[in-house]
Amino acid sequence: MDLLQVDKLHKRFGGLQAVSDVSFGVRSGQIKAVIGPNGAGKTTLFNLISGALPSSSGRVLFKGQEIQGKKPHQVAQLGIARTYQNIKMFSGMTALENVMVGRHLQSRSGFVSSMFNLPGTRGEERLIREKSMELLGLLEIADVAHVSATSLAFGQQRAVEFARALAMEPEILLLDEPAAGLNMYETAEVGRLISRIRDLGITVLLVEHDMSLVMDISDEIVVLSFGQKIAENLPAAIQQDPEVIKIYLGEE
Amino acid sequence: MKRLLTIAPLLAAVIAIHLLCAATGTLYYLTQMTMSAYYALLIIGLCVLMGYAGQISLGHGGFFAIGGYLSAALTTHNLEHLQDNSVISALHSFGVLQSGQDLYGGTLLVVNPWFACILAILAAVVIAYLIGIPVLKLKGHYLAMATLGFGIIIYRVVLASEYFGEADGISEVPAFVLLPGLVVSGDFAGRVQNYYIAWGLLIIGLILLLNLIDSRVGRALRAIHGSSEAADAMGVNTARFKLQTFVLSAVFAAIAGIFLTHYNGGIGPSEAGVMKSVRYVALVAVGGMAHLWGALTMGVLLNFLSLRGAFGAYDDAVFGLILILVMLYAPNGILSVRWRPRWARKKTAVEEG
Repeated sequence: MDLLQVDKLHKRFGGLQAVSDVSFGVRSGQIKAVIGPNGAGKTTLFNLISGALPSSSGRVLFKGQEIQGKKPHQVAQLGIARTYQNIKMFSGMTALENVMVGRHLQSRSGFVSSMFNLPGTRGEERLIREKSMELLGLLEIADVAHVSATSLAFGQQRAVEFARALAMEPEILLLDEPAAGLNMYETAEVGRLISRIRDLGITVLLVEHDMSLVMDISDEIVVLSFGQKIAENLPAAIQQDPEVIKIYLGEE
Repeated sequence: MKRLLTIAPLLAAVIAIHLLCAATGTLYYLTQMTMSAYYALLIIGLCVLMGYAGQISLGHGGFFAIGGYLSAALTTHNLEHLQDNSVISALHSFGVLQSGQDLYGGTLLVVNPWFACILAILAAVVIAYLIGIPVLKLKGHYLAMATLGFGIIIYRVVLASEYFGEADGISEVPAFVLLPGLVVSGDFAGRVQNYYIAWGLLIIGLILLLNLIDSRVGRALRAIHGSSEAADAMGVNTARFKLQTFVLSAVFAAIAGIFLTHYNGGIGPSEAGVMKSVRYVALVAVGGMAHLWGALTMGVLLNFLSLRGAFGAYDDAVFGLILILVMLYAPNGILSVRWRPRWARKKTAVEEG
C-alpha cells in the first residue's frame, strides 16, 4: 500500500481549475517528484495535501486514512512535514530557535509548566536543544545557530528550513521547490541532502522546477501541466516522453 | 538560577528607590510606585499577547475592571440580612464569608478577600475564554475593533449596574490580608510594605513570563507571530495557543485590578474606560512590543508620571501623542532608539545577528 495516496483530487479557484483529477501514490522510502511549468498547480497540490487549502473534491490518504478536512497542525501530527517555496522563517528568532519550534510535537510542556520552569520542562528543553543542534550540525550550519534566522544567506535559510522540518521526525517530507533561488552549486548540494534524508528513512515528495535536480535524485516523476497529470514514470522514461518535451521545450 | 541573575538588577533598583525615598523624606512617591507596579503587571501580560503572540487587545481595561469590580463588590456588599439563610451560614462557617464593621460601627458580613480574589480570577478566565473563542478568529483591525467592543460593554455594564455602584463605583473596599502581617491596603502605615508587595508580585509575574517566552510555548507563540502558516505546519495548534495567551493576559489584568482595588480601597468606572485600554496598548508599543523589560520599564515610568500628575489635565492626550510619536519614530520601542553616528547607521542589519 502507498504511504501517501492522492486520489482524483480537484481544486477550483473561481473559474480556474488549478488541480484537475490528479491521482498518484508515493511509496514508503522513495523520492517522488512532481514537476511541471510555472502555474501547473504544483504548490496548490502541496497545499491540498498539507491541509493548508480545502480541496473541491477528491481524497488524500495517508497510510490509508483520509486526511482531507484536517487542519494543518493535525496533518503535521500524523507525520507529514513540509517546506515552502518562499522560505517562511520565523522572524525575530535565531536559527536554532527556528529548529526548536520543529520539536513542538515531540515535546509537551504547556503554559503552567513552562512558566514555573518545572524539572520536567527543563529536561525536555535540554533534549530539544540537543536534538536541534544536532540537526544544524547535520546540515553544516551549526556555526550560525545563534544568528537571527532572517538575516542568514538564502541558502542557509533553506538549510534551517530543512532542519526545522526534520526536527519533526516526519514520515514523509514535502519539499516545495527546494532549489528555488539557489545557484547550481547549492542546487547540487540540496540534491545530495535530499538523498541523505531518504537514507534516514524519510519518504520525500518534492515539487520542483529544476529538471536537473529532479532527474538525478527521483525514483519516480509525476508531470503536471495546467493542473492535469500528463505523465508518471521513471526519470529516464520521462526524459524521453514526447508530451513532456513538448510542454518544457515548446512545440516544434 | 540564571533567571534570578537577570532579575537581580531590578530587585536592587526596587530596594534602592525605597532607600532613596526614605533618605530624602519622599516616601510618598512609593504610593504611585505601588500603583504603577500593578498597572505594569497588566502591561507585561498584554505584552506577551501583543508582542509575542501578535494579537492586539483594546479590551484589557475590561479584564482589569472584571477583577477589580468583582473583588470590590464581593468584599463590600453586606450579606448580614441573609445570615439566617442556611447557604450563607454554611459559607460563613467554612470561612468563605467574614464578619467586619462598617465606618459607623454596624456589623458587616462579606466575602473573604481571598475567596473574592479567586472568584474574580475565575470570572476573568471564563469571560476571556468565551470572548476569545469567537474574537481571536479575527485578525488585525477586526480583532482590535472586536476587543474594543468588549471593553465598551464592560464599561457600560459597570456604569449602569447598581451592584457595581454605577457612576460612583465601589468604595470602602476592605484590606486584603494575604498572610497574617502581610496586608494589601492603602493604610498609611503599610505604605512601604505595600510597595514591596506590589513589586514582589510584579517581579514574580515577570519571571513567570520570561520563563514562558523562553520555552516551548513561547517559541510556538513567536512562531505564530513570525509565520502563522509555517507554525501550523510544525504542528502548533495556533488557535489554541492564541486563546490560552489571551486568557493568561486576562488573568494578569484581573490580578492587577484586584490588588490595586484593595490598595486604593475602591474602584470607579474610569478604570474600565476605553482610554485605559488604549493607554495599555500604547505602553506595550512604547516598550517595544515584543519586549517584556521595555513594557515593564515604560509601564512603570509613564504610569508613575501620569499618577504624579506630570501631564496635568492633558493626561490622555499625552498618551495619544506618545503613541503617535512612537509609531512614527520608534516602532520598535523607545528603548531601541540609540543615537549613532551617521557613518555607523547602515550596519544595523548585520549587528542584529
